[in-house]
Amino acid sequence: MNINNSQLLRFTTAGSVDDGKSTLIGRLLYDSKSIFEDQLEAITNTSINKGHDGVDLALFTDGLKDEREQGITIDVAYRYFTTPKRKFIIADTPGHIQYTRNMVTGASTANAAIILIDARHGVIEQTKRHAFIASLLQIPHIIVCINKMDLVDFKEEIYDGVVAQFEEFSSKLLVKDIRFIPISALLGDNVVHRSENMPWYQGGLLLYTLETIHISSDINKVDARFPVQTVIRPQSAEYPDYRGYAGRVASGVFRKGDEITVMPSGFTSKIKTIDTIAGELKNAFAPMSVTITLEDDIGVSRGDMIVRSNNKAEASQDIEVMLCWLTHLPAKPASKYTIRHTSNEQKAIIKEIVYKIDINSLSRLPNEKELRMNDICKARIRTTKPLLIDSYRENRITGSIILIDDDTNETVAAGMIV
Amino acid sequence: MNKYFLNYLDELESESIYVLREVWAQFQNPVILFSGGKDSIVLTHLAKKAFFPSKIPFALMHVDTGHNFPETISFRDELVKVMGVRLIVGYVQDSIDKGRIAEEKGKNATRNALQITTLLDTIETNKIDCAIGGGRRDEEKSRAKERFFSHRDEFGQWDPKNQRPELWNLFNGKHFQGEHFRVFPISNWTEMDIWNYIKREGIQIPSLYYAHEREVVWRNDSWIPNSEFLILESKEKTYLKKIRFRTLGDITITGGIESEADTLEKIVQEVAAMRNTERGNRSDDKRSDTAMEDRKRQGYF
Repeated sequence: MNINNSQLLRFTTAGSVDDGKSTLIGRLLYDSKSIFEDQLEAITNTSINKGHDGVDLALFTDGLKDEREQGITIDVAYRYFTTPKRKFIIADTPGHIQYTRNMVTGASTANAAIILIDARHGVIEQTKRHAFIASLLQIPHIIVCINKMDLVDFKEEIYDGVVAQFEEFSSKLLVKDIRFIPISALLGDNVVHRSENMPWYQGGLLLYTLETIHISSDINKVDARFPVQTVIRPQSAEYPDYRGYAGRVASGVFRKGDEITVMPSGFTSKIKTIDTIAGELKNAFAPMSVTITLEDDIGVSRGDMIVRSNNKAEASQDIEVMLCWLTHLPAKPASKYTIRHTSNEQKAIIKEIVYKIDINSLSRLPNEKELRMNDICKARIRTTKPLLIDSYRENRITGSIILIDDDTNETVAAGMIV
Repeated sequence: MNKYFLNYLDELESESIYVLREVWAQFQNPVILFSGGKDSIVLTHLAKKAFFPSKIPFALMHVDTGHNFPETISFRDELVKVMGVRLIVGYVQDSIDKGRIAEEKGKNATRNALQITTLLDTIETNKIDCAIGGGRRDEEKSRAKERFFSHRDEFGQWDPKNQRPELWNLFNGKHFQGEHFRVFPISNWTEMDIWNYIKREGIQIPSLYYAHEREVVWRNDSWIPNSEFLILESKEKTYLKKIRFRTLGDITITGGIESEADTLEKIVQEVAAMRNTERGNRSDDKRSDTAMEDRKRQGYF
């Protein structure tokens, strides 16, 4: 592969128990020749010991001891494979236990989601949940794989029926790009190689789709946002007065000479240099890590945000978020949490739970006020000082928060700013 | 091609730099766990980029089993000098002398598992609240479940079933006194990515990674280097072979592969054509199916 024009694509896989998700991942890795011989040998031996017919590709994704013993996936696992066109990171999320927590985690960084549906069962409640979470987390591309086509004699009308079911439901969701592919993960049909059993399907194969989905425009290129992580001050003989602001561009493009404003102070200046160890850059865009120096000596520290003066983030102490509760302990009403938003940290109170969402029917439950693990709600939060926010729909980095419980230090909630 | 296009290696680099800067901002006394292997070398290189033009603000910490390749130690000392960083060494021999741990016995005895005690003791003595490691998720199945910011309790233990969820790029390094974090900035890199990066950046690595002639013994399906620490059985013979190492650990457990790859170009080509995982030559991972997970739970790297 040519490094210089090869991109990274992160995708998540969601499916219910037994709909062949592990088999599909195993198939992708196997057919793209990403499984090593010693790994294949190990799962071949296990398959024989367990009495399976042939090699059980699903075994490849087993990780922890408990998972192997219980035959389930407990936690998000990350897998990697590369084709001549792209490098892929798979966030493999379990279908049942703690599904919301794990899928939200995997979805948060994904460019694409694969949602698996068993052709025999069609759209079920879990499918709706997965699609809802994918849309809530604003995964730009959703690929719906209708799996186990071999078990329905590769019939086109069954596939069409499932597609119609999904489309009816997904019209209520905010997803930009949905595609459908009929596959058999077990036999490999339409995963990497075109199926001879389904000549009626002429669309893209799964791997081809993953390799060619256009992802460059998924990143917000308009709103220039640079959350400052740390200040670089060498105070060395070579760089006695250097003062650089280190961070990763969250969105947009910064150019040398740009008029900028530091939020929340409101001080203005111009970008003097954009530095990396390899030398100065003319511009920096998301998701590059750079160091910015300014023309004027103004106080900037971690938690501040550099923006272009003609396009500022909103500074607000009262924010509305879609909140996912991630921990066994229910939310404590009116108690304080630490809120983290980009590199900024404040205290926060959950002022109000506006409504909870019944994740199966997508209906709002305005009278339910208790937040438990895996619940999703709309909430109002007040922070001690203003956060510098954008809506999550416009900006996944400056539009997301987590809540941390000060008593346990655990991450208890993930939020998307409305 | 799009003007604002970042290739995957640049994106991985940017992600790692972001993580290293978060460590610096969130912890009091972080160190880089340095083994002398390619991953910790790349990590150190990334730290240099992250804080340029400042020096690397972390000390390097090495757990010295005493069973080293001499090349590793001289490489380490040279790097410390060039980078101008502090070096902290924890000696497994000290832990043995103090009676904290006992040597394994027999032909296949190693000091691999003994490192855990020395590692945790060194972290505690130096009041380290974050140990940055070069672990990668593609290395091994239990590592596939590892977080970027991975919590360790006051006993240094990892609880894989009870990890903090990690969303977007919001890392939570909060911890109580006596607990610490392991942070893995190159989690998302694969072996191939590491080699492509070393080649692209022209990063210096120990000569052991290049094909060279060495006296070796065939044991546990790989070529183990002969050394003063190796107990040879009467029927075992030594051979002179042209080999190189895919990973570097203790000299007693690191198996080499026969290779002609004596340049980075050739190594990258060779790795791309490899049909076995890199840790397949590590006898520490072969002890059981869950050898890595078991050690990680106790506090291993």
